[in-house]
Amino acid sequence: MIISEQKPLPEILESLEGERCIFLVGCKGCAEACHTGGEAQVMEMKQRLEEEGKKVAGYTVVDFLCDKALVKFSLKPHEEEIDSADSLLVMTCGLGVQATAKVVDKVTHPACNTINVGGSRGEWRGEERCLECGECLLDYTGGICPLTACTKGLINGPCGGAKDGKCEFEPDSRDCGWHLIYERLKKLNRLDKMKTMLSPKDYSKMRPPKELRTTIMWALEREEKEAIVK
Amino acid sequence: MNIAELVKKGKFVVSAEVGPPKGVDIEEMLADAELMRGRVDGINATDQQSSVMRVGSLATCCLLKEKELNPILQMTCRDRNRIALQSDLLSAYIMGVENVLCLTGDYVALGDHPQAKSVFDLDSVSLLMAAKELEQGKDLAGNELKGSPKFCLGAIVTPGADPVEPQIIKMEKKVKAGAQFFQTQAVYEPKKFEEFMKAVAYLEVPVLVGIVMLRSAGMARFMNKNVAGVHVPDNLIDEMDKAESKAQKSIEIAARLIKEMKPFCQGVHIMAIGWEKKVPEVLDAAGL
Repeated sequence: MIISEQKPLPEILESLEGERCIFLVGCKGCAEACHTGGEAQVMEMKQRLEEEGKKVAGYTVVDFLCDKALVKFSLKPHEEEIDSADSLLVMTCGLGVQATAKVVDKVTHPACNTINVGGSRGEWRGEERCLECGECLLDYTGGICPLTACTKGLINGPCGGAKDGKCEFEPDSRDCGWHLIYERLKKLNRLDKMKTMLSPKDYSKMRPPKELRTTIMWALEREEKEAIVK
Repeated sequence: MNIAELVKKGKFVVSAEVGPPKGVDIEEMLADAELMRGRVDGINATDQQSSVMRVGSLATCCLLKEKELNPILQMTCRDRNRIALQSDLLSAYIMGVENVLCLTGDYVALGDHPQAKSVFDLDSVSLLMAAKELEQGKDLAGNELKGSPKFCLGAIVTPGADPVEPQIIKMEKKVKAGAQFFQTQAVYEPKKFEEFMKAVAYLEVPVLVGIVMLRSAGMARFMNKNVAGVHVPDNLIDEMDKAESKAQKSIEIAARLIKEMKPFCQGVHIMAIGWEKKVPEVLDAAGL
């Protein structure tokens, strides 16, 4: 189970600035359990965006967004809607955002932060990695995680150590994460994103919150507690 | 002596570096620094260069300062978190160290302690932001300081990177974060450097072009194969190959490069990497 929480709406709106038409992506896996990106939250987001004057081109809630083949397959019927959209808002963990970025040549904004549970990972089989940093930066980096794709985890751009697009550490096998980010943002015509001055990360958000230190069944337990209260 | 101020006064600034030793025998390093007295405007003290554990750059800068040589403190983000980096910035200021060069730092796995935990809590851009915050009387967490420091902040850029645009984007961020001067990675192609300087002219920031002295044709080939953003053209490799005195040829090439690039930039930064004793000869040959 990967735990996510929605970013505050003002932060989401800021990332959508200048874009009018948005396609929404949710996930029936962990994000639904966490009440961050299931069908109900996607519909709620649709309404909130429309209230803010945005047009929602369409939406889909994929069974498991952490399966790239399934993502591709699930987005196929929505091709026209996605084409008409300025960007996609992905309401899942960092892996879902990166998986979507991998299969769609559009800007993919994260709507959530992925919360650290202290070591456990989901069933992800791709090369993308999410550190569960609790402060998702994928919006600035074209849907490629700088913390995991860059050997040094730099957030403000490349160091001087890349040669032919490869990292000087393991140049035969490791791409320079910032080269990938640069190429991706260039392709999307969003190099302005790379110029954003990012303040140092709040690494306290990478400590698992106390309710997650002992269990990853937190969402289920919360539902049970809510049921009891009702 | 503030490097940016010197540029403002119209001086073509010359800096060179000394490498702190691995061990406590500092005589040779100090002798190298002494040779540069009166010849350079600033002396960089490298910070655990190539991720190899050595004497620290701050202690070295304090020694240089004591001897009234003008130190440039190199600080990398590899080994210290934001608490230690900010503390060292305050320490540098109280010891009279004014010029600080903010770098990301090489990756730990490339050095002599590959088992070490790498930090990179800050990056070069946010280290500059931190120094700026301190100057304004606050630390990164927003707490007030009892007395604030003042620095001349520098940063680095790799003009020969391919593609160069990501480097320029980051250079712009460094300027916005407070960088007042730049030293570059080694450059051997004056034409390309001229193009680079045209591309970054809009930033209006002084650039000290980096010169790494060639030791041999083999070293040049090694750098071409292994060092990012550095390209030694074939004609220079040939010259080194054919030269009877490698040292003489190396000095001649370095001086020629400086002369050719001087019109496009505001200074030169010489990295002798073991040949520190030859720096005065390079400067003589370059007419500096």
